[in-house]
Amino acid sequence: MREVAIVAFGQSDHVPDSAAVSEVEMLMPVLNDVLGRAALKAGEIDFVCSGSSDYLAGRAFSFTMALDGVGAWPPVAESHVEMDGAWALYEAWVKLLTGEADTALVYSYGKSSPGDLREVLTRQLDPYYMAPLWPDSVALAALQAQALLDAGVTDERALAGVAARSRTDAAANPHAQLRGEHPMGEHVVAPLRRGDCPPIGDGAAAVLLAAGDSARRLCDRPAWIRGIDHRIEAHALGVRDLTDSPSTRLAAERAGAFERPVDTAELHAPFTSQEIVLRRALRLGDEVTINPSGGALAANPMMAAGLIRLGEAAARIQRGASRRALAHATSGPCLQQNLVAVLEGE
Amino acid sequence: MTTGTLSAPLVVEFPFTRSLGPVQSAFLTGLRERTVLGVRTTDGTVLVPPVEYDPATAEELRELVQVAETGTVTTWAWNPRPTGKHPLGRPFAWVLVRLDGAGSSLLHVLDAPSAAAVSTGMRVRVRWAAERTGAITDIACFEPYDGAPGDAPEEHSGDFADAVSLVTLPARLDYTYSPGRAQTAHLRALAERRIVGERCPECRKVYVPPRGACPTCGVPTGERVEVGPKGTVTTYCVVNIKAKGLDIEVPYVYAHIALDGAGLALHGRLAGIPYDQVRMGMRVEPVWKEGQRWPDHYRPAGEPDADYDTYKELV
Repeated sequence: MREVAIVAFGQSDHVPDSAAVSEVEMLMPVLNDVLGRAALKAGEIDFVCSGSSDYLAGRAFSFTMALDGVGAWPPVAESHVEMDGAWALYEAWVKLLTGEADTALVYSYGKSSPGDLREVLTRQLDPYYMAPLWPDSVALAALQAQALLDAGVTDERALAGVAARSRTDAAANPHAQLRGEHPMGEHVVAPLRRGDCPPIGDGAAAVLLAAGDSARRLCDRPAWIRGIDHRIEAHALGVRDLTDSPSTRLAAERAGAFERPVDTAELHAPFTSQEIVLRRALRLGDEVTINPSGGALAANPMMAAGLIRLGEAAARIQRGASRRALAHATSGPCLQQNLVAVLEGE
Repeated sequence: MTTGTLSAPLVVEFPFTRSLGPVQSAFLTGLRERTVLGVRTTDGTVLVPPVEYDPATAEELRELVQVAETGTVTTWAWNPRPTGKHPLGRPFAWVLVRLDGAGSSLLHVLDAPSAAAVSTGMRVRVRWAAERTGAITDIACFEPYDGAPGDAPEEHSGDFADAVSLVTLPARLDYTYSPGRAQTAHLRALAERRIVGERCPECRKVYVPPRGACPTCGVPTGERVEVGPKGTVTTYCVVNIKAKGLDIEVPYVYAHIALDGAGLALHGRLAGIPYDQVRMGMRVEPVWKEGQRWPDHYRPAGEPDADYDTYKELV
C-alpha cells in the first residue's frame, strides 16, 4: 500500500463573525498559506477535495464559489463532501492510494454567523420524528451529558475541568476563538453550561496530502497516516447507548490505534461531556496529551473543526512534539459518526 | 461613500413533501388516532418510533406492535429558553422516553414546572394534541404520571382508514446575508450607477461582478477597476416565453455584454431595437431607471459595430 502523509496544514483565525469577507475571501489566505509551505502553486495539485455545507450561511452552491480559490479553470480534478473536511481528507487519502494522484489539497470552511447555528443543525435530523420538534445541537448533547451523569461516568466538576484545560491550552493557539480561562456560566440546556459548549464561529482550514517520495520532497518531516477509518451509528438517538461510542472504538481499531500507545490525541469533542465518552472509547489514559490546541471547545468552525484535529496532530509531529498521534473527527448528533486516524513521524 | 460591509435579511424556506412508506405511515397515522405503534426487530425488541430496517441487521421490518401511552424517562435535559419553534412555549425538558412495552426511546418534550421536577426514571404519559394530522407533534408533549403501567404490547395490523402517506414538513431558517468584501464594493458602486470589477494581479483579467478571487490563478483579486459604461454584445438569444411575474413583452433579447475594460461578459436584456436587428458586435449602453439599483436594460449606443477580433476571446 502507498504511504500517504500530511505535509502541510493551515487555518484561519476563528472568529464569531466574518461578515466582512465572503467564503472564498475567508478561505484564500489559508490556501495560499498551505501551498506556500510546500512551495506549490494552485494548479500544481493533482486532486482537490473540500467539505462544507450550504445550510450554514444559507447560500446555495457556495462550494462552487469557493472553488475559485483553487484556480479551478482550466478544469481541475475536484470533489466535495457535504461533511466535515476530515471526510474530504479521507476521500483524498483513498485517491492517493489508487495511484491516480500524488498530491491532494483538502480544505473546508464554515460560516455559521449568518444563521442561527443551533436551529440550522436541526435540519440534519430525521425529518419525520425529530426535525419537527426542533431539538437543537446543545439539547441533544445535553441529553447525552445527563445520561453520563446518571451512569456515574462523570460529574459537573470533571466537565468543568475539561473546559478549563481546553481553554487554558488554547491560550498558546493564536487561531483559537476562546483563549484562556472562561467562566462556566449558566445552563444553556441543563446539565450543559455555557462553558461546556463550543464557541460558535466562522473559520477555514486546509491540509496538503502527498504520497511517498512526493511527501518527502515537499516536507522535511511528513506526518504519515498509518491508518484511518470512519464508522457510523444508527440515526435514532433512542436506540443508541449515549454513554458509549462503539463507532469511535471500531474506527480506532481499524486504524490501528490500539496496536501501540499514542502520546497525543486531538479529539473533536465539541462538548465537554463528549471528550469523556471519546477518552473511554479510545482508552486514553492520563499519560496522553489531549487537545493541546484547545480542541473544539476553543474553536469549532463547522465543517472544519474535524479537519483541524488532523492538521493539529500532524503539525505536532512535524514540530517534533509528538511521535505517534491520534486524530479524531465527528459528525451528527451525540457523536453519531466518527473518524479516527493515526499519524506518525518517519 | 458609505463604508462597512453590506448585509440584508435572508429567509430560506423549504416545505418538503415527503412520502412515508408503510412503517412511518402506520406510526404517524396511528398518532392521529391516539395509538402508538412500534416495530418488532429480528431479535424481538420493539422499537418506538419504528424504523423500516433493523438498525443491527438491516433486515426489512414490518411487524407492528401497539405499545402503551405511558413510559419512563431514560435521560432528559432542561431547556430554559423555548424558541417559538419548539413544541412548548414555556421552559420544558427534552426527554428520551421508553414507552411501556418498547425497547428503545422516543425523543420528545416533557411539560414540567421546573428542572427540579424532572429526573431520569420518572414516569410519564402522552398528552395528545387537540388537533392531530398524522405528525410527531400529534403528541403535544409528555406529562408526569403516577398511575399504573400501560397494557402489554399487542400485535397491530397498522391498517387505518385514510392513512397518511405524504407529509408536508415546513421549515424556515432566518439568516443575515453579507456578500463579502469584493461584492460589497461592487454593490455600493452600482448604487452610484457605476460598474466596478476587480483585476487579477497575475493574469490581469478584470472580473465583473467580482467574487474576490481569480478562478484561473487561484489568487485574491484586489485592484478595483471601473468598467463600461458601454459594451459590446458578444452573443444573444431571443426569448419567446413570458416569464412568470415579469412584466416584459415577448419576444425580447437577452444578451451577453462585455463592458469596455471587463475580462468577461455579463448578461442583460437588450431593448430599444427590434429583436431581429440585434447583432453580435453591437455596441450598447446601460439604461438606469429611478429606484433600481442595477441597469434595467441595455440599448444601442449608436456606434459602429465592434470588429469580431476585439471581443472573440470573450464570447
